Amino acid sequence: MTVVSSKKDASELTLTFVTEFDATPEDVWQVWSNPRLLEKWWGPYAYPATFVRHDFVVGGESRYFMTGPQGQIAPGWWCMESIEPPRRLAFANGVAGDDGEPRSDMPPMAASMTLEATSSGTRMTVVSRFISTEQMEKYLEMGMEEGMGQALTQIDALLAA
Amino acid sequence: MEVGPLIYNQMVVDTLSDDEVDRLFHALADATRRDILRRSVAGEQCVSALAGHYQMSFAAVQKHVAVLERASLVTKHKRGREQIVRAYEPTVQRARHLLEDIEELWRQRAARISEVLAQQKGTS
Repeated sequence: MTVVSSKKDASELTLTFVTEFDATPEDVWQVWSNPRLLEKWWGPYAYPATFVRHDFVVGGESRYFMTGPQGQIAPGWWCMESIEPPRRLAFANGVAGDDGEPRSDMPPMAASMTLEATSSGTRMTVVSRFISTEQMEKYLEMGMEEGMGQALTQIDALLAA
Repeated sequence: MEVGPLIYNQMVVDTLSDDEVDRLFHALADATRRDILRRSVAGEQCVSALAGHYQMSFAAVQKHVAVLERASLVTKHKRGREQIVRAYEPTVQRARHLLEDIEELWRQRAARISEVLAQQKGTS
């Protein structure tokens, strides 16, 4: 995995993240479409995700929850807006309430993911677009611990390498 | 109306009301307003100079600035006869910091996607 570029635009509240994988676009597509593969990477290390629903069709919805180290639950949802295998996926991603259903008071973020075949594998571009700083915070709260947790997982990854 | 730090704090620290969420959503949903905000982040702008960048009336540009101001994204001050627009730094700083966290989340995710792909290769 190589991070090609990462562009943050504070005025647009947008992150564009580009990375390359040593795999075909069809294989990379699978990690998004197959919920058993998706839940292996969607949640942060300390907050594994469980997808209880993943209707991977246009207009289809997903429900998932992430479980923290002390058993805290962070539920979220997706709604698929566009699916063009194995090239492009667009979906809304939002915060769910204790009942696991979307919270009407928290508008979702917009995410799009595109895959392009390169000479050595696949380039993946993910664009995340938020509408407010509050929304970004809520998104991060869905399973993210600040500072310390991130640093520890990075050390783990280095030791494992 | 001047949007001060107190109003800002109430807005982002406490849960946003539906009205506030609507204001932010509305403010950033327009390409001209996003462009005005981008220019204001780069440095303070006077409304008359901003108006020169767009194919619309001075009054229309003023309205766009007012929408950004209500969402606490910019502040407006009078200097002589000019109206000066500045990005409201706490909102913008907060956005930058949060984007860094989200970037880190994607770095972690990309590393784990690599692991998943390597496992799939091994089992197929």
